[in-house]
Amino acid sequence: MEKFEKLTGIAAPMPLVNIDTDMIIPKGFLKTIKRTGLGIHAFDEMRYDREGNENPDFVLNKPQYRETQILIAGDNFGCGSSREHAPWALADFGIKAIVSTSFADIFYSNCFKNGMLPIVLPQDQVDILMKDAEKGSNARMTVDLENQTITTSEGEAFEFEIDPFKKHCLLEGLDDIGLTLEKAAAIDSYETQLAQSRPWV
Amino acid sequence: MSAPKTLYDKIWDAHVVSEDEDGTCLLYIDRHLVHEVTSPQAFEGLRLAGRKVRAPEKTIAVPDHNVPTTLDRAKGIENEESRIQVDALDKNAKDFGVNYYPVSDVRQGIVHIVGPEQGWTLPGMTVVCGDSHTATHGAFGALAHGIGTSEVEHVLATQTLIQKKSKNMKVEITGKLRPGVTAKDITLSVIGATGTAGGTGHVIEYCGEAIRDLSMEGRMTVCNMAIEGGARAGLIAPDETTFEYIKGRPHAPKGAQWEAALNWWKTLYTDEGAHFDKVVTIKGEDIEPVVTWGTSPEDVLPISGAVPAPADFTGGKVEAAKRSLDYMGLEPGTKLTDIKIDVVFIGSCTNGRIEDLRAAAEVVKGRKLADGVRAMVVPGSGLVRAQAEEEGLDKIFLDAGFEWRMAGCSMCLAMNPDQLAPGERCASTSNRNFEGRQGYKGRTHLMSPAMAAAAAVTGHLTDVRELMELEDA
Ligand code: SF4
Repeated sequence: MEKFEKLTGIAAPMPLVNIDTDMIIPKGFLKTIKRTGLGIHAFDEMRYDREGNENPDFVLNKPQYRETQILIAGDNFGCGSSREHAPWALADFGIKAIVSTSFADIFYSNCFKNGMLPIVLPQDQVDILMKDAEKGSNARMTVDLENQTITTSEGEAFEFEIDPFKKHCLLEGLDDIGLTLEKAAAIDSYETQLAQSRPWV
Repeated sequence: MSAPKTLYDKIWDAHVVSEDEDGTCLLYIDRHLVHEVTSPQAFEGLRLAGRKVRAPEKTIAVPDHNVPTTLDRAKGIENEESRIQVDALDKNAKDFGVNYYPVSDVRQGIVHIVGPEQGWTLPGMTVVCGDSHTATHGAFGALAHGIGTSEVEHVLATQTLIQKKSKNMKVEITGKLRPGVTAKDITLSVIGATGTAGGTGHVIEYCGEAIRDLSMEGRMTVCNMAIEGGARAGLIAPDETTFEYIKGRPHAPKGAQWEAALNWWKTLYTDEGAHFDKVVTIKGEDIEPVVTWGTSPEDVLPISGAVPAPADFTGGKVEAAKRSLDYMGLEPGTKLTDIKIDVVFIGSCTNGRIEDLRAAAEVVKGRKLADGVRAMVVPGSGLVRAQAEEEGLDKIFLDAGFEWRMAGCSMCLAMNPDQLAPGERCASTSNRNFEGRQGYKGRTHLMSPAMAAAAAVTGHLTDVRELMELEDA
């Protein structure tokens, strides 16, 4: 997995509350064999009309937000089903961090499995970030994971909380598999012992 | 002396590779089953990271969800996305060198039927699959549960899973079942009693005389639906019935290894006095043939009952019942036996094994499908199909007007061409009656194979015991 250390990029405002996984990636796209390539379907029903034309009013379709890397979103982002296709779609679009007052549990942990940083902040701070994001491509925000801060284009910084273990994994670019592979010696010795105790396995 | 352990405790302890201070464990996985829907991204992940499958010899892949079950399926899959998913599995199985049963192989079938049939599933193992009905394998006294796609990749790469231990729950079915009552009635009745969240956070051990008396097929039916009861896994302690079933299967241990395995398997039971966090006891004599009336597997009633009214429930279930009745097109107070059906589906990983087909055939024998009813029998694997043909069951079904299909998940879920049309009502031996599960706006009533067969020949939900009495008379 790619390391996440520090990121300066365009933030898009999505003030809608309860953005669910069906909105992030509709059911119809689950019959895919890839976890990449879902980016063009991210927010499909909001982003395109039924003929597949872009809806010019949708924020990510606006010229100044096409390179968005940070989403500033309304409360309870990522609720709904457990589909890992949701973080896959966002990551594939290019989103690296999402800020909200709260996230749905499964979505929150799925983000980390895909190198994305979900940031929880109080409402008043999210409001300030939302305003800043409305300025478009001239307003770049900076997310600093090491120091646990997010800074507006005006230089106003807010601190956020994160589980130390999850932070470590993101900073080092470790996925669960990478971590488990660090314990390869333990797995090796388990298998050696297994060959003795239950050779039929 | 060490503290008494449950069967779950014993299997868990035998598979811990390492344990962190907070109780998070790395658990060794003995068998990894793979199907085409939840695995492509996991294999792709391995490719991108340049990783291999750590233990391809312990990994078994078979396409089942998307495959057509028509006799001419050698022609290929029409739906492009389905075909791509199956082709991807073909390629991944080959590239990564895992055990594979392609559509053209007579051993192909539903992954949860193929695993036990080939002797891959053995007592005391950990078995996982990117599929919630992995619980089925618990019938062998194996710790078996479903996992997500990231976890599929994790197991492929490391042969382990990061896990925290669940709680222990005991479900005891005492005494004997009455005639006409089957394993499906047990498992549905348990869910009816405990609810779909009754087992959440727990691993269930099913025990008691009625469970002991079941065949392996019946035990698999019971464990299969542990997930509908909220539990990730269900377990049944292995015994002579289990050993008898396994002996001689292609991948079962042989010779001295068989003896060694048997010795260990015989230690796999819950010790006297071991602790359970939750206990449910049901009298076998009290269980009747049941059907579901709504859109949740907990909406279970004895066939002698009537459709309930929303007012019969409390809390959030009132709204849910309203919505269910509306979706199912049912009026409160209607006798269940007055509900007419359009379609009958006999198959799935719950009830697509040889005994299930025998039970259905026994009811169908000498009878005809009721007017206007469409019915299909879909064996759970190519070998089940071959066995049934050897016994002449296919003739019984065909003579009665049933379709006799090739193996696959088929109408258990609507991912292949076997689907209900909007509004169609189905007597089904599968495991989920969710909205749209068997086709857009399709209506599902879950029941045992014998009960589904009875509905097929009468055209409405029917107490199979009435047909059995007719036979006796
Ligand atoms: S038969 Fe149904 S429940 Fe079983 S694996 Fe197939 S789709 Fe899932």
